[in-house]
Parts: sequence; C-alpha cells; structure tokens
Amino acid sequence: MVNIDTKIEADILTLKVVGEVDASSSINLDNAINNAIKEGHKKILIDGEGMNYISSAGLGVFMSYLQDFEKHNIKMVLYGLNEKVLNVFKILGLDQLISIAESESEAKVLMND
Amino acid sequence: MKHRFKIPCGTQHLKDVRRFLNKVLSNYNLGDIDQNALVLAVDEVCANVIIHSCYLNPDMVVELTVGLEDRMLIFEIIDQGGASGFDISSYRGPDIDKLIKTGKKGGVGIMLVRKIMDKIEMVSQNGKNICRLYKNL
Repeated sequence: MVNIDTKIEADILTLKVVGEVDASSSINLDNAINNAIKEGHKKILIDGEGMNYISSAGLGVFMSYLQDFEKHNIKMVLYGLNEKVLNVFKILGLDQLISIAESESEAKVLMND
Repeated sequence: MKHRFKIPCGTQHLKDVRRFLNKVLSNYNLGDIDQNALVLAVDEVCANVIIHSCYLNPDMVVELTVGLEDRMLIFEIIDQGGASGFDISSYRGPDIDKLIKTGKKGGVGIMLVRKIMDKIEMVSQNGKNICRLYKNL
C-alpha cells in the first residue's frame, strides 16, 4: 500500500511517497511520475522519507523513466530514503544512476546543478 | 524448526509475506539492513511465482518455509504453477544499462535475489516447484 501526495512549489513538483512500493503498489508510483511528465514538469523531487520498503517493481519504475528524463531534459532527485531503502538501490548500483540526496535542501541544490 | 506461511496467489498478499518474514527474522539479530535485504529477496521470488508461474490465479497457493540449519537460513517458496521450466538459479538477468535504454519496468528482481542470497536451488517434483534460497549467517 502506498500513498503519493503531490505538491508544486515554484517550478518544482514534489511527489511524497508514503508506504511500501512493491509488485502490487508500484503502479501508483508509475502513474504519478507518468502524470508529472505529461503535465510538462521539468523538476521532480521524490520525497522518500515515508517510504519504508521498495522492491524491484519500484526500482523498475524509476529506471524506466531515466531515458525519458534525459530526452525531455527533466531532473528527478530522490531524498530522505531510510538506510534499508537506500541499500536496495545500492545493491544494484542504482544509486550511481539515479540522483539521491539525503535531505530536501540537498536535493534542491542537486536539482539546480 | 521450520516456520510456515501460505498465501493465495495475489500480489496484494506480498505485504503479509513480508510481515511474516520480518517476525521470524527478528529472532536472528541480523540488523535492519540485512533483514530487509533477505525479506526483499524472498518477496521477489514470491512475486515472480505469483505472476509468472501461477498467473495471479487466486485459487492457487504459494507456500513459504523458513528454517535454520548449521548457521544457514533456508527459505523455501513452493508453488504448483505451470512455469516449472523457468530456473531462476541459472537466470542471469539483463544488463542494467540495456534495461534503462529499453525503458522496461521489470527485470531486476532476480538480479537482486542473486546478489542477496548465497545459493539458489530450483526443484520441480510431484507437480510442485520449490525454490530454495540459502543465506549463511
């Protein structure tokens, strides 16, 4: 079960992900990112402070948009991941391919790099 | 002693699998990160079985056992689905860079299992598929 709240502040869209992103619930994350792209957002922050689990289905969602982000000049940064969730990204080296920050302020700095 | 758990074949039941595993594994003082990784690996195999072997048929059941032998945690994921030919113990998975280029959403679950576990075995006998995952403590 996952809840995703959206917030728009200046030119940044934040998706606040709360709950567990697994094979059952990853569709919600997929839809939220897909909508953000369709709406033309160029700066997307993923607030992962409330995300307490992610499986390959969730990783797959993030991975599947990396090409689109590059093509459409979209920046996405994840932040606030707890150590368990961050470790899942690290197991496959995805922390090197996806921008991940510790805090919201650090994420905003990365966003504007 | 083996701990046992059963779920109907539906991804909505994966959270119950994780709850069961977290409860069992909390006895072994693995630490949050390692415990979560083991739960993840079993969750990935269960999701794979539910979707690709049992085709989300709610009349089918996935059975799970967890046991400890000689400092080795052994997880068994047992189903009676049709995809006995798919052997995750030898499946290497695609290249991550290629996956990203194709924009596909699946494909890294079994890679995670192989990275997390020390040994994977697949056995098909008497109409059952048994996937055994081994982790040295």
